[in-house]
Amino acid sequence: MENHLIASMLAATIVSGTPLILVAMGELVTEKAGVLNLGAEGMMSIGAVTAFAVALSGGGPVLAVLAGMAAACVMALAFGFLTLTMMANQVASGLALALFGVGLAAFIGKPFESTPLPMIAPVPVPLLEHIPVLGPALFNQQAMVYLSWAIVAAVLYFLYRSRWGLVLRAVGESPSSAHAVGYRVITLRYAAVAFGGAMAGMGGAFISVFYTPLWAEGMVAGRGWIALALVVFATWRPLRVVLGAYLFGGVMIAQLFVQGSGVQLDMPAQLMSSLPYIATIAVLVLISRNAHTIRLHSPASLGQPFRPDA
Amino acid sequence: MPYDSRKDVRKDGRRPRCLPAMAALPVLLAMSAGAAATTATNAAPAAPMKTCFLYSNPIGESGWTYQHEQARKAIATSMAGKVTTKYVENVAEGPDAERVIRNFVQEGCKLIFTPSFGFMEPTIKVARQAPKVIFMNGTGYRTAPNVGAYNARYYEGRYLEGVLAGHLSKKGLAGYVSAFPIPEVLQGLNAFTLGMRSVNPNAQVKLIWVNAWYDPGKERAAANTLLTLGVDLLTYDTSSVAVVTAGEEKGVPTVGYYSDMSRFGPKTNLTSVVQTWTGFYTKTIEDVLAGRWKAAHTVGGLREGMIKMAPLNASVPADVREKFAAAEKDITEGRLHPFAGPILDQSGKQRVAAGQVLGAAELDKMNFLVNGIDGTPPK
Repeated sequence: MENHLIASMLAATIVSGTPLILVAMGELVTEKAGVLNLGAEGMMSIGAVTAFAVALSGGGPVLAVLAGMAAACVMALAFGFLTLTMMANQVASGLALALFGVGLAAFIGKPFESTPLPMIAPVPVPLLEHIPVLGPALFNQQAMVYLSWAIVAAVLYFLYRSRWGLVLRAVGESPSSAHAVGYRVITLRYAAVAFGGAMAGMGGAFISVFYTPLWAEGMVAGRGWIALALVVFATWRPLRVVLGAYLFGGVMIAQLFVQGSGVQLDMPAQLMSSLPYIATIAVLVLISRNAHTIRLHSPASLGQPFRPDA
Repeated sequence: MPYDSRKDVRKDGRRPRCLPAMAALPVLLAMSAGAAATTATNAAPAAPMKTCFLYSNPIGESGWTYQHEQARKAIATSMAGKVTTKYVENVAEGPDAERVIRNFVQEGCKLIFTPSFGFMEPTIKVARQAPKVIFMNGTGYRTAPNVGAYNARYYEGRYLEGVLAGHLSKKGLAGYVSAFPIPEVLQGLNAFTLGMRSVNPNAQVKLIWVNAWYDPGKERAAANTLLTLGVDLLTYDTSSVAVVTAGEEKGVPTVGYYSDMSRFGPKTNLTSVVQTWTGFYTKTIEDVLAGRWKAAHTVGGLREGMIKMAPLNASVPADVREKFAAAEKDITEGRLHPFAGPILDQSGKQRVAAGQVLGAAELDKMNFLVNGIDGTPPK
């Protein structure tokens, strides 16, 4: 295949994986703290519509992303209030949040449905962008793509190299022990939930402001749910989440390229469209088929409410 | 959508009767009343006829439902005093639709438009129990004494878009982002390709199925993929504005569908097939009011004004404009049929012999791609 084709496939793969990485990183940290927030799709939608509204009113991309993060964060905190303070069921509350968020975003977005924004130009990295094939694919991307890499690095460092990361994981594994040694479990969980919300908002903002610069009802199109599944199939390990997200984006883009290249595969297009899901799940299941590692990485108190003794 | 999941039509017998929903009826009624907007409550003395519209999608700013809503608004203004109108949007096909249609009847709607293929069965079912109410189902095919069906020959506009593409694609290579391989979509794809090849016999159409009516992210990724693969003109039958905006950004011409898309691509959107229902709806209402309405399956195209072409972009050169106008006139006046033979399919097999045209029944069952389309055939 010609170099520019490979480069543009790679570039498209990275772009389509980026929102998944952002949202999944937030969810991973939330779940590591022992809280299962299934509301990603709703928080993404709210983030997307808010960011779009701000961008449309001339706020600029930075302000737009921040607004999207803040809006989704507020939703996440509402979820936190229900589940952490009021001890409501996390699964039910998360599902409610997802449905509510998608509906509310559609309602808020009515006035600017299908009003496109100008595309935001990619930011080339000097020197690196000239590397053959990889240069144009990796280093001539939206600023948000580089930011997503920085966030992955930060999450990795935080979870596995910092003291507070250790504490957060302890809260997810054994909240009562963490509480016994004097950590404020509920506060930490609120922080993790808020981070998850902000990241979902960022993922949503990426979709509506950078990826496809427009707002339309339902444009998140299930990416929140895919991100949730990625976290589980990646057995709560950040790098596997990244692998899964790019794999998903990559297979989706590849099947578009295969179709567009006129390669006649003896396979219905509908089945081709399901390949990203099948391939991602298959690969992630294969690399984590050791039951021991799954047990090791799944936060032990995931989804269980915790009430500190007075 | 007009063409939603033909395979998905559930037969009446299989649809669960929803008792809990009946219990919740007062709440649901209140909700649907809240979701609906009523207009034109011009209290004329001679009791205006209540005309109601059921939409499967949110109205939005372009697309299928938007075009029906444009017609409803036009009627509410032009026929104020004779009719009052009401609509409910974003109603799922299936039991939900049946409930809303029934509700329309109870509220005294005398004429009910249900423009979606998936509303066909619920419409027929309610119509049986409300013989005095007249129903009009868009894109379905079943009729009854009080149920009419209607649809448009969208492919006529697609052929014209192909003619334009044949003139304006320098490489003779267009990209097509498509939703699902159902007959209506295949008609559009094939007509576009035949139109393009009527101008440039070597023209090719690269095709990508996104398997979604609506996923702006994926539609955009597909458009970008096609551009990377070298197409220099884009079109689509999905529902978002993603392909048109992608073309506008890259400076690549596009031809659009459903609505006039020029405001999403002021520099590059050449034209669009615009679905215009106002004339047909006005005539239907007049027929009902005059007592001369009869149940029929009406299919109209350019001639009947059920579709029209959006004004051509200023960038289209004068000689192409003339050829486009000539082809439009030929189709409108019946001299040119987009599916006139000889037509070969992708494998080179002759599907329509020279001197013949595809009939309505064959069009309804279209399941092949014509020669010149570079893409996967339907399975």
